[in-house]
Amino acid sequence: MANSASIKGSSATLDVAKTMPRRNQFDIGQIARWVLLFGGGILMVLPIVYMLSTSLKWPHEIYNLSIIPDEPTLDNYVYVLEDGRFYSWFFNSLIIATATTVSAVIFDSLVGYVLCKFEFRGRMIVFIAILSTLMIPTEMLIIPWYMMAKTFGWLDSYWGIMFPGVMTAFGTFLMKQFFETVPDDFLEAARIDGLNEFEIWWRVAMPMVTPALAALAIFVFLGNWTAFIWPLIVTNSPELYTLPVGLTTFSVEQSVEWELIMTGAALATIPTLIVFLIFQKYIIRGVVMAGLKG
Amino acid sequence: MATVSLKKLTKRYGKTEVLHGIDLEVSDGEFIVFVGPSGCGKSTTLRMLAGLEEVSEGEVQINDLVVNNLEPKERNIAMVFQNYAIYPHMSVRKNIGFGLHTAKLPKEEKEKKIEEVAALLSMTDLLDRKPSQLSGGQRQRVAIGRAMVRDPAVFLFDEPLSNLDAQLRTQMRLEIKKLHQRVGTTIIFVTHDQVEAMTLADRIVIMKDGYIQQVGTPSQVFQSPKNMFVAQFIGAPSMNMLEGQRTDKGVQVADNLTIDLPRDTKVDSITIGIRPSALVPVADGAPCLMEGKVLLVEPLGTETLLYVQVGDNEVIASAPGRQHPQMGDIVRLNAPADEIHFFDTQTQNSIL
Repeated sequence: MANSASIKGSSATLDVAKTMPRRNQFDIGQIARWVLLFGGGILMVLPIVYMLSTSLKWPHEIYNLSIIPDEPTLDNYVYVLEDGRFYSWFFNSLIIATATTVSAVIFDSLVGYVLCKFEFRGRMIVFIAILSTLMIPTEMLIIPWYMMAKTFGWLDSYWGIMFPGVMTAFGTFLMKQFFETVPDDFLEAARIDGLNEFEIWWRVAMPMVTPALAALAIFVFLGNWTAFIWPLIVTNSPELYTLPVGLTTFSVEQSVEWELIMTGAALATIPTLIVFLIFQKYIIRGVVMAGLKG
Repeated sequence: MATVSLKKLTKRYGKTEVLHGIDLEVSDGEFIVFVGPSGCGKSTTLRMLAGLEEVSEGEVQINDLVVNNLEPKERNIAMVFQNYAIYPHMSVRKNIGFGLHTAKLPKEEKEKKIEEVAALLSMTDLLDRKPSQLSGGQRQRVAIGRAMVRDPAVFLFDEPLSNLDAQLRTQMRLEIKKLHQRVGTTIIFVTHDQVEAMTLADRIVIMKDGYIQQVGTPSQVFQSPKNMFVAQFIGAPSMNMLEGQRTDKGVQVADNLTIDLPRDTKVDSITIGIRPSALVPVADGAPCLMEGKVLLVEPLGTETLLYVQVGDNEVIASAPGRQHPQMGDIVRLNAPADEIHFFDTQTQNSIL
């Protein structure tokens, strides 16, 4: 037994020895890939690093591109947090992003579910109509949105900022694709168990697509949290400004207070980080399943 | 407890008719099994009974009440699906209790019912587990539990054992049979497995191409098949079929193979059917039906199947497990007269 074990052991060693050259080749490819990914990673992280670095600099130092400030300071944070406007912008952004997220998640999944699981005349037409709106760039929609908001008296209001995002074509498409993965048997079993169609959607179908809901929620939240052009156009009153719009008020005619803008931006990333940390598991699963780039 | 009756039940998808006027009466407490090949309409019939498919024509009655226009939840039925359809996000307890969703019962009573059903299915220990932590058989039991907890008038099973491995399938089959004996509720069960049908059913409904071919007890459909389809579908291996012509001496299958006709018939083209289990080798000198060369031997343990070339036909015969002829041997085969079936080759229906 001992003999055979040692023979096996030696043959295993030989196998490894044989594959060594191949491993070396593989390693070069691997290294190239790592270098590429590392470079890409640096490119993505660098603006965030500069944002944090600038937020810790004094005004005279901001055009010095060193990452570590000569004289680091938290004064910018104190200034921004003591300036009452920041809380109002933050609150506005939070309200708008949360409300739009909840609304988009509910309506997108409701419409996606109906388009996926119900047979009705014109279903494909509705679906194609929704999909076709994905091909129109946001910039082109701003004028019609503005005209709508003006006609209905929604200018300079929360609803005016929110209404373009309360339902999204992308979310509807995403949810429809996900509901395809829910077998009809589950819905039929619930139908026999006495649930009505709304309850079937809410209590049976929705819990089965949570990764998709999480992914959709984070996309919608981020989209609205960082939205700039539409809130800028539709609002006039400073008390309705969202964070991205509000931060621009730090730039005045003569100068731009970059250190304050960067401080505000750094503070603005906190809620998105929290959301991501809480739903990380679902979001990653959702993104992987949907084959989306985050 | 309920009676079920299907009257001229028809289903059309657009212009295609897939179910052509099914008639069936199911008595209270009966175990009915629908069996047939894929696409024969058995699942469609069950789904129409459940209210998951609209009835194109005809009537579905449960306890003499026409339920065509009632919602599934109003029919007092429960259904077990092929893929179990137990909700992955709910514990076993919640899954079983889900069936009581619409029952306006106090919470304690609901809990009591769940416990009772769990005990009946030996699942008390698993109540707080999630479906992902259960085996296939346990999941199937949860699905049955969810159906049972509502105490429905009729249980509908749509190929519930197809996703289980062979051993578990046999075990679950036994459990379903015991369950029926215990609760006595009317069960309508759909399967494509004729062994399941034979072992479970009080009566079997054999379907093909949207028509009922035969309704009868397992022994009726096995011993007196109404047509060639039923004869070949029920029983494994399939019945041997030998085409022949009526002559004065009987049915001539080959030059040296003529089988006596027990009664007169006007049909000229006759197909003889003999089950492999009835066709056995006999000793030299004993009377025999046919003689042929063994092409292949398939030992199954208790018996051995022999593939025998008889003239232009190949037939399957069975021999004892221990002592059986070998490949290449010439064997003489015989079958009892009452095990020989006669069919009209044209209409495929049984004659005599």
